[in-house]
Amino acid sequence: MDLKEFFEMGGYAGYVWTSYGLTALILLWNWWAARRSEAEAQTAARRRNELALERSS
Amino acid sequence: MSWTWFHKLASPPHAYRILGSLAPWFGWASLALILLATWWGLVKAPADYQQGDGFRILYVHAPSAWMSMFTYVVMAVAAGVGLVWRIKLAHAAAAACAPIGASFTFLALATGSIWGKPMWGTWWVWDARLTSELLLLFLYLGYMALRASFDDPQRADRASAVLALVGVINVPIIHYSVNWWSTLHQPASVTKFDKPSIDLAMLIPLFLMIIGFQLYFGWAVSRRLRGEILRRERNANWLKEAA
Repeated sequence: MDLKEFFEMGGYAGYVWTSYGLTALILLWNWWAARRSEAEAQTAARRRNELALERSS
Repeated sequence: MSWTWFHKLASPPHAYRILGSLAPWFGWASLALILLATWWGLVKAPADYQQGDGFRILYVHAPSAWMSMFTYVVMAVAAGVGLVWRIKLAHAAAAACAPIGASFTFLALATGSIWGKPMWGTWWVWDARLTSELLLLFLYLGYMALRASFDDPQRADRASAVLALVGVINVPIIHYSVNWWSTLHQPASVTKFDKPSIDLAMLIPLFLMIIGFQLYFGWAVSRRLRGEILRRERNANWLKEAA
């Protein structure tokens, strides 16, 4: 199969590639948002630990 | 029967550690499967005799629609467990599911709309399947908004759990909507008791993509749940080691 034919998707290029592009975006957003949510909670917990240590010393 | 295993599993430090070691496995396996299924669906699978290459939207639309409902059921079950047995971890799991489920629901609606235009001649129609799926998106958004409106996490847990449980009625409505009402949307072609009405060459990449999406959900929910656990454990000693 040649590449041009592949990208044309039998005339449905706009629909097919938009769908797959949107899917990639949503998966990337989930990846970024889940990582950020975990990392933020870790930073906050670390800060709480440091504050607790300061108060106890 | 002994329930010690359950209490151990539901203990925050234990869950935090297990999720941390599971997440990379989910992540890499999902990446591999999604890439394989994308190639299979776009290149290897034959074009449809009616829809030509346009049918390839199936491989992102159906898995995201499946995930939108699957995630809601997981969320509602977790919320129910949290409500009945007062397990904080279960509420945390429900909260972790919501944004993931909402994003898959949006994706199912968007790819469905894009697929609908060339095949049905319209981006949107207010029929039973599409309307109930849109309601699912509003349920997720409502759940998140309700949680955000409470300062006290325990009250947020309880109120949002009730909403999650009431909303679960919508899931069978979405699934059976194509049988109960006449809709533009096609009836089930994979999840039925007799033979699926889709050829094996087209079915294999669909299954691979669904499993890939499931594993991806496993990864995302593990990461988010770890964050939720840390946010809820204010003064626990184990936090010192975890963070």
